[in-house]
Amino acid sequence: MYDAMMSETVKINGHQGDEVEAYLARPLTPGPVGGVVVIHHMPGYDESTKEMVRRFAANGYAAICPNLYWREAPGASPDDAAAAARAAGGVPDERLLGDVAGAASYLRALSSSNGKVGVIGHCSGGRQSFLAACELDLNAAVDCYGAFVASAPAEGFPLQVEPVISRAEKLDCPVLGLFGDEDQYPAPAEVATLDAELKRLGKQFEFHSYEGAGHAFFAVDRPSYRPAAAVEGWQRIFEFYGKHLAA
Amino acid sequence: MCTYLTQYAAIDGSGKGSSGWFSLTQATVYVDHPQHAPYEHTVNIDLGNPKLGPAARVAVELTEEAALALIDSIRAALASAPPGLASKAGSAHQQVAA
Repeated sequence: MYDAMMSETVKINGHQGDEVEAYLARPLTPGPVGGVVVIHHMPGYDESTKEMVRRFAANGYAAICPNLYWREAPGASPDDAAAAARAAGGVPDERLLGDVAGAASYLRALSSSNGKVGVIGHCSGGRQSFLAACELDLNAAVDCYGAFVASAPAEGFPLQVEPVISRAEKLDCPVLGLFGDEDQYPAPAEVATLDAELKRLGKQFEFHSYEGAGHAFFAVDRPSYRPAAAVEGWQRIFEFYGKHLAA
Repeated sequence: MCTYLTQYAAIDGSGKGSSGWFSLTQATVYVDHPQHAPYEHTVNIDLGNPKLGPAARVAVELTEEAALALIDSIRAALASAPPGLASKAGSAHQQVAA
């Protein structure tokens, strides 16, 4: 099997047509291949996220991660950019949606595209992935332990981080949710609330929650890493995308 | 979890970052995932100057115990010096008196 791939930094048109930096990795095949928009976590457009983008490409998908902090900190190191974006109030949901939509359009415009694009995010990106699935034209969404999807943030949190469960009615693509039984944000009760609401609405989804795993169990460079949950989680992700994004 | 909550303080002084000393104007403090510290959550403090760009930043990621110990030591240091010695008004007064 021909397995060459390439990765590079590109510019895409994000929210309101803004030019935004993004990291693209794609198999060097004529296609057709599916696409994946990777939403980076709050600590930034960093090495571990770019590695994930390359992993999707190595598995046959064109993948792209828009730098959500490009406007606040163009060219800055990921940690400085994350701090600057946070100090400026964080990423508004509408801007996130515009950037994910721009990234999805970029993937669909590739000559190798099969027209199908999924989304994935972890932690804050998990919530944003679910939000994008409710609001944008996408074919599959993966939410890895996104908090505040079903529950309201504690008092004092910025209004822009509202629960997005009220938008679930608009969801029109399958969702894969991967959670840790020992996570508090989202806690199993929040996951159960979302599960019940998606069932009530008749949405296509599958949730998996792993014993002995807490928040961020996919993160190999953090003490939260749980190999068994992460290995199985990646299998679920590729099965899910294989079903919904493959040519 | 990502807490999303950020505390801000206007500050006055200097910090040494990756490209040397610079004037500080803003502190942001939040409990969230660290970039480097080997813990799930830490108290993260960024001392910076937004006008000079994102790299004008002195960052620390502390455990809760470390953050509280730091607060205590700052208060102890201030208490051991004459009141106002390190204040903006105090140092101006010192200069005038000198």
